[in-house]
Amino acid sequence: MSAILPPSERVWYKHPIDRVEGTWIAIALTWCLVMFFMMIGWHIWGKQNLSTETYRTTAEQYTAKVQAMVDKYTVRTETEQKIPVVAAPPGSDIFLVARLWSFWPILELENGKTYRLHLSSMDYNHGFSLQPANINIQIVPGYEHVVTITPNQSGPYSVVCNEFCGIGHHTMVSRLYVK
Amino acid sequence: MSDHPGNHGDDEHGPVPFMQQLLDNPFLLLFLGVLIPMLLYNLWGVIDILTVPVTK
Amino acid sequence: MSTATTYRTCPRSGLQFEKNAESLMKANAFIGVVWLLIGGILAIGVVLTRWPAVHWLPADKFYMVLTAHGIDMLIFWIIFFEVAVLYFASSTLLRCRLATPRVAWLAFALMLVGSVLNNVTVFRGASSVMMTSYVPMMAEPNFYLGLILFAVGALIACFVFFGTLVVAKREKTYDGSVPLVTFGAITAAIIAVFTISSGAIILIPTWLKSVGIVHEVDALVYRTVWWAFGHSSQQINVAAHISVWYLVAAVAFGAKPMSERVSRMAFLLYILFLQLASAHHLLADPGLSTPWKVVNTSYFMYFAVLASMIHGLTIPGAMEVAQRRKGYTKGLFEWLRKAPWSNPTFSGVFIAIIGFGFLGGISGVMMGTEQLNMIIHNTIYVPGHFHATVVIGTTLTFMALTYYLIPVLFKREMVLPGLAKWQPYLFGFSMYFFCLVMMGAGTLGVERRHWDMAFGGSPLAYEWPGAAYLMMGLVGIAGVAAIGGGAIYILVTVGSLLFGRRLEDGEVSARFVPLPRAAPTVIAQSYGSAGFAAPGTFALARVFLISFVLYYFINWKYLSTLWGLS
Repeated sequence: MSAILPPSERVWYKHPIDRVEGTWIAIALTWCLVMFFMMIGWHIWGKQNLSTETYRTTAEQYTAKVQAMVDKYTVRTETEQKIPVVAAPPGSDIFLVARLWSFWPILELENGKTYRLHLSSMDYNHGFSLQPANINIQIVPGYEHVVTITPNQSGPYSVVCNEFCGIGHHTMVSRLYVK
Repeated sequence: MSDHPGNHGDDEHGPVPFMQQLLDNPFLLLFLGVLIPMLLYNLWGVIDILTVPVTK
Repeated sequence: MSTATTYRTCPRSGLQFEKNAESLMKANAFIGVVWLLIGGILAIGVVLTRWPAVHWLPADKFYMVLTAHGIDMLIFWIIFFEVAVLYFASSTLLRCRLATPRVAWLAFALMLVGSVLNNVTVFRGASSVMMTSYVPMMAEPNFYLGLILFAVGALIACFVFFGTLVVAKREKTYDGSVPLVTFGAITAAIIAVFTISSGAIILIPTWLKSVGIVHEVDALVYRTVWWAFGHSSQQINVAAHISVWYLVAAVAFGAKPMSERVSRMAFLLYILFLQLASAHHLLADPGLSTPWKVVNTSYFMYFAVLASMIHGLTIPGAMEVAQRRKGYTKGLFEWLRKAPWSNPTFSGVFIAIIGFGFLGGISGVMMGTEQLNMIIHNTIYVPGHFHATVVIGTTLTFMALTYYLIPVLFKREMVLPGLAKWQPYLFGFSMYFFCLVMMGAGTLGVERRHWDMAFGGSPLAYEWPGAAYLMMGLVGIAGVAAIGGGAIYILVTVGSLLFGRRLEDGEVSARFVPLPRAAPTVIAQSYGSAGFAAPGTFALARVFLISFVLYYFINWKYLSTLWGLS
């Protein structure tokens, strides 16, 4: 019963290691390094890396930018709330507002084209969960996060809020179109 | 090593290796175990956040 | 200085309990189990609401119940029990009186008052902010005050533990280095000090904001520092339950650690790097740099994963060596077949080891990979992962330990031993299934902390695939089975305390009996030619590694099909 007794040797540190342990440590360490360099390697060769471009912002500043985009590029409206559907040209900055309990506006993108998607929240933390692609990004109030995206499949997508944001959280869902 | 001819550590009077001294010192471990994550995680993280530029 | 106290030598285990420490262990463990009971009752509400076909509670009640379930289980149950483990690992294992028992009772009182205050506040209904309570969503002031009082109490308890180590060393109650289990407890206590300090750094200003003294707490700073508390508190569990695994290997098999150096170095890696994994929660966040994310999420090059893989080998390995010494040497696995499977202390721990490694460990590393986190963040995969670590890993281990402690610490004969024999299997395997289907639903994108998969009839509602609904239904069924397993545990433990036959105290003396060093065993001297002392465990470890590698790269493959993101 010696895990609950002091070690039998005074200088236990010099006690030799069994080969089964030594072998396993070597294998495990190798695997750990593989995983570490995989993350770094993906930044170099991989195509899915979350941008860290971020700016401090306020609800007013951000709303003004979104409104400018909506005024310029709205193509139609949807639902009874008349949510604008915005089709900004490829390569441009596009903005999405998360607030209690909706996303605004609906974005329409072109397949294979690149956009700079800005995300910010007007109030609490929210989640940007793009389904069924299953891309999940946190939206934090006071911060404007700029993510460069390139859709690779056309179709209707849903944007689901997956950060708890109060009693209406389950109604916070919107669309995103890729043509 | 050369000062250690036996096949296991039966030396009752020899010097204790540095790593064992560290492992036997809970307060030194406490210091390291609080300092390292405080610097690498909390401090570095907060610095990253506080240096976020203001939007244009 | 000598303090008036007595020492009882347990006739069933040979362990020596000091009077003050014994009462404190009982009190902390008991209140812990009460919180487990409350959290378990709340789990019924969570499970039956997320089961789409049942969808039991209304939204406000669901979020309230989920908030309380998270805090009661992840913080109160586990930390109360861990304080008992810390006192056990210091006072009992070192045969030393507990330092400052009055202060230890103060710590207990603070934890009790804080936890009750927090829960009473949650059940008033205006603090349904989840365990994470991200600002600027605010709870009532007493929500934070309760957590702060609890944290201060827990911090004091950690220092009582460190104080006891000092007393033991000064009064020479043991010879040489502390036992390995005590060293594991030191690891847990160190992580606890970091955890609780981080909690204080962020919860005190948030409390001041809730009473109107502070005007703003930055949302992102809150998330970052809060997770140093929220995630690291679960790392206390890892260190604590791994110590208990070594303990159970010792008492169930008489197993000796394969190598003190290897096991302690693995704990050292935890002390230095395990807390960094708090970054797992911030990989999908703005504002934090890529180097910060990579260094922290990988525990500084995955050194804490290395440590876990080492413990995962050395603990079953030590059991195997002990069993082989008893003559169970046939083939790779006779030692395992002939293990005491009907002893719930052993079976609970073994089911915990396998579940923690295969389900909790692999999923945790996968989703803690910076890029892979994007397909997992805030989906129900996350609770799938942490139920594997915290429920299968920690809670099941603590349940197994309780079965050992009922006769030893509480001096009662266990009631309903037949039921207890089956409890780890029912609870453990239903939790295995629960975690698997939760991770399955999460892989399809289903959100965590969400009242209604159907989006309450919103005009833009997303239609989840049928498989997602099926998985969530299975989550409900498995959850109900696990709650049944938990109920049996409560029945057996509380029943034993109330109705179990009283067992004799054992000899009581006014002085401790000094603790000798472990006797050198055969294995300590026979190293060299034979090598591979634990081939069966090594085979299991290889199966683990292959599963790990496959699952890891399957997810990279999945990631590579996603939209381009940069």
